[in-house]
Amino acid sequence: MTQTETPESFSVAIQDTGETYRCRTDQTVLEGMERLGRKGIPVGCRQGGCGVCKVAVLSGSYVAKVMNRDHVSAEDEACGRVLSCRIRPTTDLQVQVLGSMKKTVCRPAPLNGLGEQT
Amino acid sequence: MAMTGVLRPGHAQIRVLDLEESIHFYTEVVGLKETGRDAQGRVYFKAWDEHDHNSVILRQADRAGLDFFGFKVLDEATLTLLEKGIQAQGVATERMPAGEMLATGERVRFTIPTGHVIELYATKDRVGNGLPTVNPDAWPDGLKGMAPTRMDHCLLYGPDIDGARDLLEKALSFALVERVKLEDGETDLAIWLTTSTKAHDIAFVRHGEMGKLHHVAFKLDTWEQVLRAADIMSKNKVSIDIGPTRHGVTRGLTIYFFDPSGNRLETFCGGYDWYPDMETIKWTWDEVGKGVFYHDRKLNERFLSVVS
Repeated sequence: MTQTETPESFSVAIQDTGETYRCRTDQTVLEGMERLGRKGIPVGCRQGGCGVCKVAVLSGSYVAKVMNRDHVSAEDEACGRVLSCRIRPTTDLQVQVLGSMKKTVCRPAPLNGLGEQT
Repeated sequence: MAMTGVLRPGHAQIRVLDLEESIHFYTEVVGLKETGRDAQGRVYFKAWDEHDHNSVILRQADRAGLDFFGFKVLDEATLTLLEKGIQAQGVATERMPAGEMLATGERVRFTIPTGHVIELYATKDRVGNGLPTVNPDAWPDGLKGMAPTRMDHCLLYGPDIDGARDLLEKALSFALVERVKLEDGETDLAIWLTTSTKAHDIAFVRHGEMGKLHHVAFKLDTWEQVLRAADIMSKNKVSIDIGPTRHGVTRGLTIYFFDPSGNRLETFCGGYDWYPDMETIKWTWDEVGKGVFYHDRKLNERFLSVVS
């Protein structure tokens, strides 16, 4: 029986919280965080659609999958402002959290709508 | 209730970021059957127990979300009647030509006050459910994935849900089945509407942005099949939002999960039967968690935040 090799992993540092974890190259930065029970980046759809897990990559390189243009412009993408659920590390990474859950039901909200206008 | 007028949800056109990945997901994991592709590159699907040609249409785009949601009406005369009813409410309508969508007749298209494009149509080619209409077996062979029986309803997010309700009630005879009130006890946070004897055919949540999709739902027959769907999600590394669990609203048994573009889908079963002599059920602000997720009794963070 052949033993499957564990994929290479790199260190991801979340600047906002000081959290650091190892993320495998076959996992997205968000998936790596969730798998280890770590926190710091908000978790939304995990599929590049909703934008809540957006980060700025301050250092390091990665490969990316297609992301929703509602949340990541071409300029964003070129500058490393990307969705952490769509990038896999190819070196150690340092990231800063940009996304957020737009609202919570516990917080009073304006009656003209619970969401923030974007 | 005699079923006249608007019969049921008929089709949802969903935008996806990677068409090939999405075709694989909707056929092999969800278990819809591909029924065609058109000149625009759109791909058409149906759930196994639907008799009409299509109920889900995927279109590749650089943004996720819902293009439009369509309802089937009884016949062409009804379509014309309902079209006039919508116009009488001061809402502009547009006729989409027959054949613009594969196997589909003329559609009456209009935009509701939440910013969503809704369509009505009377004609779609009948392709059957894979079973004969004389002495049929219980289900056809060769079903894949979760294999829901039909596309069932949607939940839409937008600002003016009162305007949307007013239009659907007055022009199309939808009825309000359940509602969740905000802290002031007056304003609706969310509403569930029916056009049939189902507990809901469409629902709305008040939200700052126009035209957002919360989820499109697919029906399963039993709780055991909902659990099996969860197994299939784990086998295929599908992103699960919440579940399996129960909704207080409608009493449906549910899993929320995401397609490969971040569009939320639901597989569910159950929910009670609705009749026009029933009273609207109200949920208060302090019990909204139980209303939405009956076992957790609290909203998860994503329920009000994550839309496409």
